[in-house]
Amino acid sequence: MTATSLLGAALLVAQLMLGLAMACAALCILRGPRAQDRVLALDTLYVTAAILLLVFGIRTGSTAYFEAALVISLLGFVATAALAKFLMRGEVIE
Amino acid sequence: MTHAPDLPLWAALATALLVLLGAGLTLVGTLGLLLFPSFYDRIHAPTLGTTLGIGCVLLASMLYFSVTQSRPVLHEVLVGLFMVVTTPVTLMLLARAAFYRDQQEKNPEVSPLAREASREPGSEM
Repeated sequence: MTATSLLGAALLVAQLMLGLAMACAALCILRGPRAQDRVLALDTLYVTAAILLLVFGIRTGSTAYFEAALVISLLGFVATAALAKFLMRGEVIE
Repeated sequence: MTHAPDLPLWAALATALLVLLGAGLTLVGTLGLLLFPSFYDRIHAPTLGTTLGIGCVLLASMLYFSVTQSRPVLHEVLVGLFMVVTTPVTLMLLARAAFYRDQQEKNPEVSPLAREASREPGSEM
């Protein structure tokens, strides 16, 4: 089936690109000269993981991965907000 | 990839293009995160890239599931709305925290305010 195999090839390429993007973000977490660079790279890693889960959901044809992507993006936002508050104030809950 | 044998060609093409566009934009944003010189350059690239990337992938997901289940599947709008709201908030929080830290350390490359303060050591910011 040509349409399905075309979509499969595109999804494979997209997964490889997203994996490369996650590797770049992980490298930035390791390398980043200061704490704010590491927090930014961690946020990027979270969102890229959510996108990768969405692509995986299209590949398997199941909507269960959608909830996982939603939870990852939600927790990523909360984590980044808490870390930014920590960088600014030195503590999260005052 | 044998779960959707009834997928028409136009839907497969559109989904493939949107997924590739989203993944490419995300990769470009992450490369910007890796390659830009300073933090204030670096913070723009991944936020723009990931917002556009997740937007394209969500459009592809909506199209794919709407065609295969032959009814409109719109719950991806939830994630899209959430990302569009939260990514700028994240950017602003992080940039303000970094700016505050640079001012506390009187980093002279950051702002005229910090430059002035570093010129007069007795003044309070």
